[in-house]
Amino acid sequence: MTIIYLLIPLGLVVLVLAVGAFFWAVRSGQFDDMDTPAWRILLDDDSAPPKEKPIKNKES
Amino acid sequence: MLDTRSQCFHCGKPIEATDGFPVEIEGDEHRVCSESCRRVVDLIEQRELGQFYRFRDGPTGTASARDQVEDRWAGYDREALQREFVTQHEDGARSAHLLLQGVRCAACAWLIDSAMTAVPGVRSINVDPVTTRAELTWDPSTARLSELLAQLARLGYTPCPYTEDDADRVAVEERRASLKRLIVAGLGMMQVGSFAVAMYAGAFQNMDADIREFLRLISLMVATPVVFYAGWPFFVRAWKSVRERALGMDVPVSLAIGFAYVASVWNTFIGSGEVYFDSATMFVFFLSGARYLEMMGRHRALSMTGSMARHLPGTATRIVDGQAEEVGVMELQPGDRLMVQPGKAVPADGLLISAEARLDESVLTGESTPIRKFAGDPVVAGSLNLTHAAEMTVQRVGAETVMAQIGRLVTDAREQRPKLVELADRVASWFVTSVLLAATLTGLVWWQIAPERTFEIVLAVLVVTCPCALALATPAVFTVATTALARRGFMIRRAGAVQALSQVTDLVFDKTGTLTVHDSVAPEVTPLGALDEDAAMDIAAALEACSEHPLARAFPAPQVAGEAQDVRAVPGAGLEGRIGEQRYRIGTREFAAELFGDAAAAAGAEERRLVYLAGEQGLLAEFDIAERVRDGARDDMQRLASLGLDVTIASGDAAVPVRNLAERLGVGASHARLKPEDKLRFVRRLQEQGRNVAMVGDGINDSPVLAGADVSVAMGSGTSLAQYSADCVLMSPTLEPLTEAFALSRKAMGVVRQNLIWAICYNLVALPLAATGVLAPWMAALGMSGSSLLVTMNALRLGRRQPVPATAPVADQPTCCKSVQESAS
Repeated sequence: MTIIYLLIPLGLVVLVLAVGAFFWAVRSGQFDDMDTPAWRILLDDDSAPPKEKPIKNKES
Repeated sequence: MLDTRSQCFHCGKPIEATDGFPVEIEGDEHRVCSESCRRVVDLIEQRELGQFYRFRDGPTGTASARDQVEDRWAGYDREALQREFVTQHEDGARSAHLLLQGVRCAACAWLIDSAMTAVPGVRSINVDPVTTRAELTWDPSTARLSELLAQLARLGYTPCPYTEDDADRVAVEERRASLKRLIVAGLGMMQVGSFAVAMYAGAFQNMDADIREFLRLISLMVATPVVFYAGWPFFVRAWKSVRERALGMDVPVSLAIGFAYVASVWNTFIGSGEVYFDSATMFVFFLSGARYLEMMGRHRALSMTGSMARHLPGTATRIVDGQAEEVGVMELQPGDRLMVQPGKAVPADGLLISAEARLDESVLTGESTPIRKFAGDPVVAGSLNLTHAAEMTVQRVGAETVMAQIGRLVTDAREQRPKLVELADRVASWFVTSVLLAATLTGLVWWQIAPERTFEIVLAVLVVTCPCALALATPAVFTVATTALARRGFMIRRAGAVQALSQVTDLVFDKTGTLTVHDSVAPEVTPLGALDEDAAMDIAAALEACSEHPLARAFPAPQVAGEAQDVRAVPGAGLEGRIGEQRYRIGTREFAAELFGDAAAAAGAEERRLVYLAGEQGLLAEFDIAERVRDGARDDMQRLASLGLDVTIASGDAAVPVRNLAERLGVGASHARLKPEDKLRFVRRLQEQGRNVAMVGDGINDSPVLAGADVSVAMGSGTSLAQYSADCVLMSPTLEPLTEAFALSRKAMGVVRQNLIWAICYNLVALPLAATGVLAPWMAALGMSGSSLLVTMNALRLGRRQPVPATAPVADQPTCCKSVQESAS
């Protein structure tokens, strides 16, 4: 059973990473709008490519 | 779903011209109602974004022709004005915060995004379809803001710049912080829970003491951030409530979390006894979850309406040395000369310089008939200039204007609102006190009997009686009720509004804009002479086409009569003009009858809003342009009455139309010619008689009484100040959700009572068991969770009443710009 002395701390490391990733996602505003992204995928843009590639959106 | 032949393909309004305007989208023919709509559809087709129409939720808006022109927005290019709503980026780009009128769904956001990013100079535009806000980032060296704003208007969405204030940022921060706390509590709870299961199982299977110690230590490590990070707000609130000597739910919650944690830490280090990390973290998670849901509901409702009240005043035309310049309203100084264009709002209080002007002061007085003013007369900020461009000098600006004073009246009324003691709070403080007493008593008794078991039993008492169910009982119900009502078009903005709604005994309605609506529905015609209805209507329409009077808007475009010649307007009386060889007059009965010189015909009941058409031979027709009664208002009044509510109409309008409306709707009591203060006094009088009054209104003149009533409902199509001072906002075009709101709020309070009774009964049973030492803390934790679950499920019953009707009420879109540009400043 000594393996749990390694595995559980390892699990904690993963937990910390998960919480960290989530915090980053919250801070960068990914949870602010829960509706629009779901729609974007449905509306395919292929039929109307913008004339010039829009400059990469730096805020989202 | 809709009859597409008679409705505009784009905006859904009925098509009045015989054919409408043909448009083509993705190869299909459709018809729209107006030139403005046609331009919007053409633009969308031209950009090949036609699939928008397949995905949108319902008809979308169209900006007026005036808004589609760039000049309209020229003032926003000024640096002084941009400072208020534009942020400058390091690389020279700028971002403007806008509210977009007409955004309904995610498809709108997609359309705006796709169409605007293709415009040269636009870097990005982020649209939030829920709050209808957008952040537009552009490059000032390639595009002017006015150009982009006009482009947005051409897409059908009227933009209006607003200042992002601290409250918004605070709300976003609060939301993000709570989400982070929730996730820490959730993940922590799962970890600690799994260790706890292992330890419970280990207790039966003789787990190694080393491993047990190790698991306890790990649990401690995980539980610490849960308690001190995720659970921190509970401690803060508990401390606050202790300091204010009003024991709230948070006190026993914090005590239970704190005790459980401290005892577990102690036991972990001395290596004996029990640990309760699992109970503590589970507790924090459940409570944070409930609080999070409650907060989300509150923010959503606030952001939909609150932002409207905060936006920037528009621009004004100042005249300096004979030159006109567009300036921001906040740049105005007393003594400035201003030019007010027809259709625009007067931006500041002042005196009229032009010889004559006709103003609509309905935002202030509720009186919808235009008022004539002459040179030297005072004009009030917020009133609408109706006829021709007028000059004025500024006397008072900003906070000194009459509008701002009404705003202060709102604040005062709100502060004096009778305080409703919230049921849950009352129960809570009584309950909390008894729990704490019981725990202390138990502790003292066990200290005498068996000191070594004291701590375990006191903890069991605290956990089992933990007012978790009690804490959840009310917020869960309110959250469910708020969401259910929001789906039906009834937004709740204040936390206690559900309870307040359920206690209402009297309902006071404003008239104009609340029970009646102004819109372009054709007036009712009664032929009086040789002409039939259609012909009379046509002649009237031809005459009115030359007028800018607000009532003229009620007439459709003329079809066959041709153009009216030599049209002369007689202020306060009507219009005279020639069509072909015939002369016609339209206006008051007296004025119309003068044309054929029959005094007898002129006599007769002079009733407002009846308009007469006369030819040279005699009266031809009578038009009733009474404002249209809101759809289904009569049925709604009956339903409200059947709920036992006393309905009264309180209006600033004249006595006759108010009485007529009351009769038509079957409302017994009505009061006319009430100023804002009178309405407030009227409501106060009712309140003094021990009645609970709900006020429904829409105008700025209603704002003080909205703030002073026990609970207030503003119309979604009303002015922003009214919405700002109201507890609830009715977003649907009918009054139906109002009835549902009253019914549902009563049901909700019923569920709250059930929940409270359950929570108390459960505690009455569990407390003796825990106090006598029968229950171990882990059993107590299980019982507590089960009890909370039951309470939550009971609350959820409210949400799944009947299915939402297929045609969910679409918010009658904000008024934001319209009302503010016309009213605020």
